[in-house]
Amino acid sequence: MSGVLSRAWLLTDTPSSRTQAAWSRRYRAWLQLRTNGLAMAGLVTVAIMIVASLAAPLLAWQDPTAQDLAGRLAPPSAAHWFGTDELGRDIYSRILYGGRITLGMVVAVVLLVAPLGLAVGSIAGYLGGFADRVLMRVTDVFLAFPRLVLALAFVAALKPGITSAIIAIALTAWPPYARLARADTLTIRGSDFIAAVRLTGASSGRIILRHIVPLCLSSVIVRVTLDMSGIILTAAALGFLGMGAQPPTPEWGTMIASSRSFILEQWWVPTIPGIAIFVASLAFNLLGDGMRDVLDPRQR
Amino acid sequence: MLASSFASIPITLFGLILVTFLIGRVMPIDPVIAIAGDHAPPDVVAAIRERLGLDKPLYVQFGIYLRDLLHGDLGHSVMTSHPVTEDIARFFPATFELATTAIIIAIIIGIPLGVLAAQRQGSRFDHVVRVVSLAGQSIPVFVLGLVCLLVFYVKLGIAPGTGQIDVEYEGLVPRVTGMLVVDAMIAGDWDSFWNALAHLAQPALVLAYFSMAYITRMTRAFMIESLSGEYIITARAKGLSATRILWRHAFGNISVRLVTVLALAYAGLLEGAVITETVFSWPGLGLYLTVSLLNADMNAVLGATLVVGLIYLVLNLMADLLYRLLDPRVA
Repeated sequence: MSGVLSRAWLLTDTPSSRTQAAWSRRYRAWLQLRTNGLAMAGLVTVAIMIVASLAAPLLAWQDPTAQDLAGRLAPPSAAHWFGTDELGRDIYSRILYGGRITLGMVVAVVLLVAPLGLAVGSIAGYLGGFADRVLMRVTDVFLAFPRLVLALAFVAALKPGITSAIIAIALTAWPPYARLARADTLTIRGSDFIAAVRLTGASSGRIILRHIVPLCLSSVIVRVTLDMSGIILTAAALGFLGMGAQPPTPEWGTMIASSRSFILEQWWVPTIPGIAIFVASLAFNLLGDGMRDVLDPRQR
Repeated sequence: MLASSFASIPITLFGLILVTFLIGRVMPIDPVIAIAGDHAPPDVVAAIRERLGLDKPLYVQFGIYLRDLLHGDLGHSVMTSHPVTEDIARFFPATFELATTAIIIAIIIGIPLGVLAAQRQGSRFDHVVRVVSLAGQSIPVFVLGLVCLLVFYVKLGIAPGTGQIDVEYEGLVPRVTGMLVVDAMIAGDWDSFWNALAHLAQPALVLAYFSMAYITRMTRAFMIESLSGEYIITARAKGLSATRILWRHAFGNISVRLVTVLALAYAGLLEGAVITETVFSWPGLGLYLTVSLLNADMNAVLGATLVVGLIYLVLNLMADLLYRLLDPRVA
């Protein structure tokens, strides 16, 4: 065996440890993903977006809220790459900082939703019976609303803002994860190795956490990637309808809402944030599409 | 199976009502202060509280809410001062008109694209279709709507602006169905008809692109699976023409599953309609919902949310039923 993390070590047909087998599988998936040009384009775009958002204070030339009323609605130029908005703020800087907000919201929603959905789905699937019926009914109720409409009602009840938007999107986004995790759990539940673990005296909690949840992860990861664009679009729509981030926060949807009346004369002011939303959401869709082909061909 | 899927309806419905009720109770806006104002004397506040039933325990309030609901009473809208049910009945037809037109366009374009992409899997055509449909799922409906208005209405001047009809035609056609295009046809007022149709085209196309993306992707995926079936090889061996194999044998076998997809796509249009109507000032349920939201008109918001949830539920159920009815393999 050659050194750890060499190509041969990763591609071996006879892995000598669990770690090696796991990394080998991931490496093969990566090799397959790499052949998909569209997915790689998505991955690169996502990576650039993450770096640009993290480095926003270094890349931006101006404070995203600094106003310059003398230079308002300026067309794109060397001084302002994307022009300035209705209060003379540099759109380029606002797009960069807006990326932080959008990506931050996406991460927050995913961190709330994936564990919740996994927990509900795997518990329902593993325990079955009454617990399954109750949990799945609750899931059905939340699935029965169109996502944006329920989120709007939640935000209206809470108070418009980023935190409310995150909670509202999370509340409407978890049911599909529960469904997915339950379906996976049902197929795993009956396998011999689960029976063997049960015979050793493992508790239900341990079986679910250590043996079932890890096996549900790949389909959840695919779903998360495909869901990112939905979350971005819902967050932007909430912002656009005045129910998400509030001005002067440089959130992309909010930026479009506050500048939409300028579309006739200064088209770039609302259009550039629109392009940003489109590119972000398309990148995640392309990446998710490619990952689904590799990790989970069953899902469509 | 069929019985159990019906048995779950009342429970889901009950949950739907409970969720809307609870959303209405957690809101920080005190409905009493909204009615009486900030400086109302305590006895007035108490009287209003009693009249609204807010002094009673939560489960009693929920009981009252349910009772009113059974009588078709969703409360009054503060904004329009009409009963919310009346408002919804007035705004709904426009949404129905928009969503139905959109789904028809999406089916006519989306299904053939999906079928042909599957037939030429991996070709340049397939890639183009894939990118076009992914783009449709990635572009925010409001951005697409605004760009369309900018290009077709402002720059090119070939499309009418926002709203359901030009101002000079407003109120000419008597309201029968609430769908202006249909009403104009019934009245035989062809000038209004063409004007209304032109107004409908843009929002309907924007919305159609949104669901076409989904329909195309699902059609393509189903067709790829279907085309690899053994009966396709048999059909080829029999010497049938490629067109006949593609449409009659391969497509025929996916049509049942596609019906389910179409019902779900139609339900999904409700969501797109909320934003599209806001951008195009289309006087439907979505516009009613967002305007009520901005005015903190909670009765209207919750009523509209409940109705949209109900429609969504019925469409999902129909998808389920059609699937069971049309596919003999599902018992």
